[in-house]
Amino acid sequence: MPRFRSLLPAIIFTIVYAVVSLSVTNSYYQLVLTLVPVWAVFGLSWNLLSGYTGLISFGHAAFFGIGAYTTALGQIYFDLSPWLLIPIAAMLGGIAGVLIGFPTFRLQGHYFALAMLAYPLAILYVFEWLGFQEVTLPMKRDAPIAYMQFGDPRIYTLVALAIMLATIILTRIIEQSRFGMALLAIKQNEAAAEAAGINTLAWKLRAITLSGAIAAAIGAFYAQVLLVVTPQSVFGMLVSAQALTVAMFGGVGTVWGPVIGSVILIPLAEILHAEAGDRFPGIQGVIFGFAIICVILVAPEGLFWKLRDLLRKRFAKTTTAPTPAASHALQPTAATVTPLPLARKRAATSEIVLEVRNLSRSFGGLKAVQNVSFTLHKNEILGIIGPNGAGKTTLFNLLNGFLRPDGGEVLIGGRNMSGERPHTICEAGIGRTFQVMRPFLRMSISDNVIVGAYVRAKTEDEARKLAADAIARVGLSDVADRVAGELSTKELRLMELARALAGQPRILLLDETLAGLGHGEADEVVAVIQQLARDGITIAIIEHTMQAMVRLVDSFVVLDHGAVITEGEPEVVTRDNRVIEAYLGKKWVAHAPH
Amino acid sequence: MEGFLQALAAGLLIGAVYGLMCVGLGLIFGVMRVINFAHGDFMMLGMYVAFYLFTAAGVQAVFGNVVGPFVAILLAGPVLAVFGYFVHRTLISHVSGTRTASLEGEGHYAQLILTLGIALILQNGGLIVFGSVLASIRTPLSSSAWELGLTSDISVFINKARGIDAIVSLVTMTLLSLLITRSRTGKSLRAAADNPTAATYMGIDVDRAHRVAFALGCGITAIAGGLLATNYPFHPFVGLEYVIVMYAGVVLGGMGSIIGAFWGGMTIGLVQQMSTLILPTQLQNAAIFVVFLLIIFFRPQGFFGRMVERT
Repeated sequence: MPRFRSLLPAIIFTIVYAVVSLSVTNSYYQLVLTLVPVWAVFGLSWNLLSGYTGLISFGHAAFFGIGAYTTALGQIYFDLSPWLLIPIAAMLGGIAGVLIGFPTFRLQGHYFALAMLAYPLAILYVFEWLGFQEVTLPMKRDAPIAYMQFGDPRIYTLVALAIMLATIILTRIIEQSRFGMALLAIKQNEAAAEAAGINTLAWKLRAITLSGAIAAAIGAFYAQVLLVVTPQSVFGMLVSAQALTVAMFGGVGTVWGPVIGSVILIPLAEILHAEAGDRFPGIQGVIFGFAIICVILVAPEGLFWKLRDLLRKRFAKTTTAPTPAASHALQPTAATVTPLPLARKRAATSEIVLEVRNLSRSFGGLKAVQNVSFTLHKNEILGIIGPNGAGKTTLFNLLNGFLRPDGGEVLIGGRNMSGERPHTICEAGIGRTFQVMRPFLRMSISDNVIVGAYVRAKTEDEARKLAADAIARVGLSDVADRVAGELSTKELRLMELARALAGQPRILLLDETLAGLGHGEADEVVAVIQQLARDGITIAIIEHTMQAMVRLVDSFVVLDHGAVITEGEPEVVTRDNRVIEAYLGKKWVAHAPH
Repeated sequence: MEGFLQALAAGLLIGAVYGLMCVGLGLIFGVMRVINFAHGDFMMLGMYVAFYLFTAAGVQAVFGNVVGPFVAILLAGPVLAVFGYFVHRTLISHVSGTRTASLEGEGHYAQLILTLGIALILQNGGLIVFGSVLASIRTPLSSSAWELGLTSDISVFINKARGIDAIVSLVTMTLLSLLITRSRTGKSLRAAADNPTAATYMGIDVDRAHRVAFALGCGITAIAGGLLATNYPFHPFVGLEYVIVMYAGVVLGGMGSIIGAFWGGMTIGLVQQMSTLILPTQLQNAAIFVVFLLIIFFRPQGFFGRMVERT
């Protein structure tokens, strides 16, 4: 079973750690041994949100502190057992995650980070004001086990290890599911993920809920281990920083990162604190500070990735010799598709799949799209042309939901979808590619395309199958395992096409798919597009060069200054004076052939 | 009514100093687009520098208790500017400026974390070096006030130290804006802020402009910190309390606008002092965080420039 296999290192690590910790009798060292998995779990919870989605949280202490105070106050006021309070804390943490995530995910980049910072600090003052400056957990001499107060400190370590193993397994499962893929896609290109049918807000909310729940649970356990809770020690800046530091130091976006970071940094900081803490209070913070600075300057992705890259390089050096076959395999992909020399007259059926009525959008005073109407028939290839700045890309952004129109309707299969979110429109059967390509750079081609398949696929297997089909249709099967960052422009264009195709769209919106391609390359891509049209997909394509388009499309819509100036068959449109004027200026109209 | 006027006066006075503090951060953010998370801690350092210049380095002996503190505070500015210059040169320049011009998102990510590291070192290092005892730059002015009789029964008290703080702050602010609008250095700063690539083509050393901006920003904030220290006791972790005020001010004023940052800081000062009328004092700081969150929510991404991404 492959899943068990991938967990084996984690299980072995846990067992070895347990054995080592059982042999330690000094109670201070035992405490340090307990804290390592505690902070590892906290780091893992941070990683789940920030490592995978790339949205840096400076405020994970909010969840941690909520958990810690849940165990403390729950025991004092309700006399509940921590065995019960830890799950309750997890629930509260999850709820806090939703409450914090919902407004905060509207922010991007450092605004998100700064806003997250404010939450725990605001809560900190509220708790101080409420008079919970220092809360000591009550001793339960009569029923220590039921109240998680073990005489033998080694048991705490075992419980912490169990929580850690559970968190690792959970993270692993998420990593290998569409959940993890969605998060990675969001990290690498949120807009592309949304256009590929990923409901980014929903996935981010799930991530912060789960992350908050884990953080609160481990915070609750932490309070139980230390038996004293102060606002500073659970909501303070250093707590948030600790989550971030262990994860960043060990490696972002991998289960091993927080574990490695915690195993190295926590004992180091604790022992320094114990040895030199009275002379140098705050030595821990200094160590963490140095650790993060070094990591950012030397290995910005963390130790895990740095080591892996080093090992790969060493490994690659010894095995470079026998791979000429690989480079050979990269060449012949294109030859499998033969370009068709002529535009075919495909009788466009009368069924209308997309109807745009009076669509408008302005930015301030600029009317980027004004009263645009056109229809797209089944099996048609529609070219949308116009000079630079004519509003072509804005039109696509309105069609696929990146922008809300100021007015007008977009009827997809008869239903008005204008103003819906991109992933909903993708689900309704519209796929798109981008003028400036938006690959998920760190993912392989097949993973890129699998992300696009999720909108249709119910299971992992189905997604994989849909993706493989789509990759075959664009002729990239031979390079499917390569990372997107290594591809040529043509391959990236085809990959985007495949990603859009994997969601089995009825309509494809292609935004300057031929831009930046050489002559031969453009022909290959044109051939692929023609084949797709023959297979029954309706296509709208933007270009500002007319040459390639005349051979490809069935009809044109010509935009200038945001408005449709004419539409019709290529032969007619290219002779239209208004089109020539829009492209070349008035004086050329006289030279035009009539 | 009297309480309201008193809070208003206090808000305006503290707001002037907050404004200067925000200008320091706003300058760095505006020119370099770097989120300096450690800026509050640079300010803390400025407070201690002013404190030791005053008490240990002889400023007190030479200038006395009334003028001395302000001399020490103004001297702390250049000291922190030099410190900031070197921090930028050795650390921040590795993750900012022309090196990261190509990777927009990644650059910010690294800057946030790097400055977080610097903040941790300064805070905890400060604890080791300065200890956790509250320090303050006391002058006799801190405990005396001018009385402004507005009508026969309403009068407002203005703490003398805070009054002078506000004046020093306004003067510094004016000098800074003259420097930026009139001088050659100021022009190169603005050019580098507006379009680093174009500035490079015009022969402006953008990395140098960044170093200057960072140094200036640190110096300005250090002066603001010193002014605050005449009335508020401080400790090594004080930066954390102010860094949120700074960001709230900078964001409110519109990222990148230096005069905007000043008015942003002023607003925050007013909000903070007005909140004392309805909130218990322990919640004053929580109120600032809440205001900060409201600001970032209700002035959405807009203040960071482009709303519409080109696809």
